[in-house]
Amino acid sequence: MKYLDEYRDSAIVHGLAERIRRTATRRWTLMEVCGGQTHTIVKQGLDELMGDAVEMIHGPGCPVCVTPLEQIDKALRLAQDPRVIFTSFGDMLRVPGSDCDLQQVRARGGQVRVVYSPLDALELAVRNPDKHVVFFAVGFETTAPANAMAVWRAAQLRVPNFSVLVSHVTVPPAMMAILDAPDNRVQAFLAAGHVCTIMGWTEYEPIAAKYKVPIIITGFEPVDIMEGILLAVTQLEAGRAEVENQYVRAVRRQGTVPARTLVEQVFQMVDRKWRGIGEIPRSGLALRPEYADFDAELRFGLQDVSVEEPAECHAGEVLRGQMKPFECPAFGTLCTPERPLGAPMVSSEGACAAYFNYRKLESPARGAHPVAPAVSSHESPVT
Amino acid sequence: MTASLAAGPSCPVPLVSNDRVQLGHGSGGKMSAALLRDRFLVHLDNPVLAALGDAAVVPVEAGEIAISTDTFVVSPIEFPGGTIGSLAVHGTLNDLALMGARPRYLTAGFILEEGLPFDILDRVVADMARAARAANVAVVTGDTKVVERGKADGLYVNTTGIGVLDPTLKPLPDAVRPGDVLIVSGPLAQHGMAIMAAREGLAFEAEITSDSACLVPLVDLLRGEIGASVRAMRDPTRGGMASALNEIASASGVGVRLDEAALLIPDPVAAACEMLGLDPLYVANEGVLAAFVSPGRAADVLARLRSHPLGANARIAGAAVGDHPRMVVLHTKLGSRRVVDMLPGDQLPRIC
Repeated sequence: MKYLDEYRDSAIVHGLAERIRRTATRRWTLMEVCGGQTHTIVKQGLDELMGDAVEMIHGPGCPVCVTPLEQIDKALRLAQDPRVIFTSFGDMLRVPGSDCDLQQVRARGGQVRVVYSPLDALELAVRNPDKHVVFFAVGFETTAPANAMAVWRAAQLRVPNFSVLVSHVTVPPAMMAILDAPDNRVQAFLAAGHVCTIMGWTEYEPIAAKYKVPIIITGFEPVDIMEGILLAVTQLEAGRAEVENQYVRAVRRQGTVPARTLVEQVFQMVDRKWRGIGEIPRSGLALRPEYADFDAELRFGLQDVSVEEPAECHAGEVLRGQMKPFECPAFGTLCTPERPLGAPMVSSEGACAAYFNYRKLESPARGAHPVAPAVSSHESPVT
Repeated sequence: MTASLAAGPSCPVPLVSNDRVQLGHGSGGKMSAALLRDRFLVHLDNPVLAALGDAAVVPVEAGEIAISTDTFVVSPIEFPGGTIGSLAVHGTLNDLALMGARPRYLTAGFILEEGLPFDILDRVVADMARAARAANVAVVTGDTKVVERGKADGLYVNTTGIGVLDPTLKPLPDAVRPGDVLIVSGPLAQHGMAIMAAREGLAFEAEITSDSACLVPLVDLLRGEIGASVRAMRDPTRGGMASALNEIASASGVGVRLDEAALLIPDPVAAACEMLGLDPLYVANEGVLAAFVSPGRAADVLARLRSHPLGANARIAGAAVGDHPRMVVLHTKLGSRRVVDMLPGDQLPRIC
């Protein structure tokens, strides 16, 4: 398929791996920021093609994984409210809250619907004036423009029965938090191509300069990732620390200006808690006061919900790259996709899920685990 | 009744609306009889069904019979490439055929939701009749029930199939041995993505059509002398190819090697899966056959399958291996390997 096959070409990927091995004079430690990149790496076995040249550690860029427990609990509470139709991207449905998840709430009679766009949720509100429709606005800068658009349109159309439960986070503050940690090992980043498609890369320039780390804006296909790694290793070997754009087919320095403008119009920067990591200053987006009518937390009085994370889940260390999923004592035993302790085990972008699903062949040290009996079905009946 | 009230100034108000299903159609009275005659018998007519006894009486050959039942609740009822009617025929006949049986008879049980328009019901039953006729199988008995509006999603169908076992073709899920060759008869993931696109109103560059098809003619090509070399067969429906292969790997205690480069996924299907973050290996098929065949006859089996339009794209897609027992391992186009396990539940579309 055009635009995919050429970025999955085996000869090109192996050629890039060879160049990475030749370029590196020592072992470098890189972090890919985005969970989508983590899955490409683990699913395709890219990390195994580079010999000892590079260690990939997996970053916090999984929106499902970093959504704090208390936001999930708020979502669960809203979904149980008989006045509410709760809408969400499919990914969030299996994320465990304190005592259940959205799928279980749906089974108990809660109105939970999967949507593909926040604008579909808005349309649902227009079609169901006797219900209140809440959309779970999670994600990084990638999903922020569409979510901003839904709120902006709801305001334009004066839709009284629509609101959003916001749990937006932004990438640059998380990268700085990782670099500021005393035990940080990250020497270069692969930044998330889709985030930069929206935001551009001006925010990354001061980070590269201050912390002396190369930041390569990288796509999601195997060729993209291998090329991103090669650019990072080349910079590290040359002692350079610059922002470089591998994902030229999508990203410009200024990003997508209309999208950024809309995000800035609807959202403002706030301090935000990250699941497993804790609060990071100015790392999240919340609705501006002029859009307070569309804030589900205010509408339903949920501001004071506060929850402690379970101690046995090491998601924070995994998300900060301090622990590989298979090094977690709960991995594959206490914590499986059927009975997850934390979001990284259930999200399609979660690092724990990637290792659990794709890495059973290897020695116990690399992540072997008992095979859980399971059944497979589809989102809704297909027969 | 409100529909007929709104229909116009006719007086007296007609008791029976003639454009949609009403609760009275499930009463067992005259309305039920009319429903059966006008909506079912016109399409499915055959002497056994027309006898309208409490049970169908049919002749069977000596030997063993295979029985399979399946219930269909697909939404939407009509989708590109079929309807719930033809799907209910194909699904059950395929289950019989892949056990090696020759399908003979079908039963059909319908649960109809009050308010279902007759034109939809007519299209579904006509489609069911077409599919059964094409497979040369009669629907010999059936049942209808009507439930209140909101208690069902339009209509549900259960079909039960009866087939006669063929001593020349007896595939079993636990009969696969290391070295057996995996043959896949066609492109993957078309049914599941067609349903998802239709249900969600997702528009892709080209319409995705379900592969729903009767596999009986394809299986018939494997009867006789060559049948003994067919160790196991599956149609990878719900849960997709990944789940079907895992079931065989578990039952036979073998590993399965799956070659990514040999799997055919049509471009629009691949594009839809990419957009939604779904793995086509877990998406349902309704017209694909996967068979494990003894290595010496794999080329013959492949040639026979390819001689039929349904198997025109058949190819060797992997093998049973002695390594990694009970595990399916995909050899990627990049030369790496990864485990393809069963999913814990649904595949969920991703956020970004």
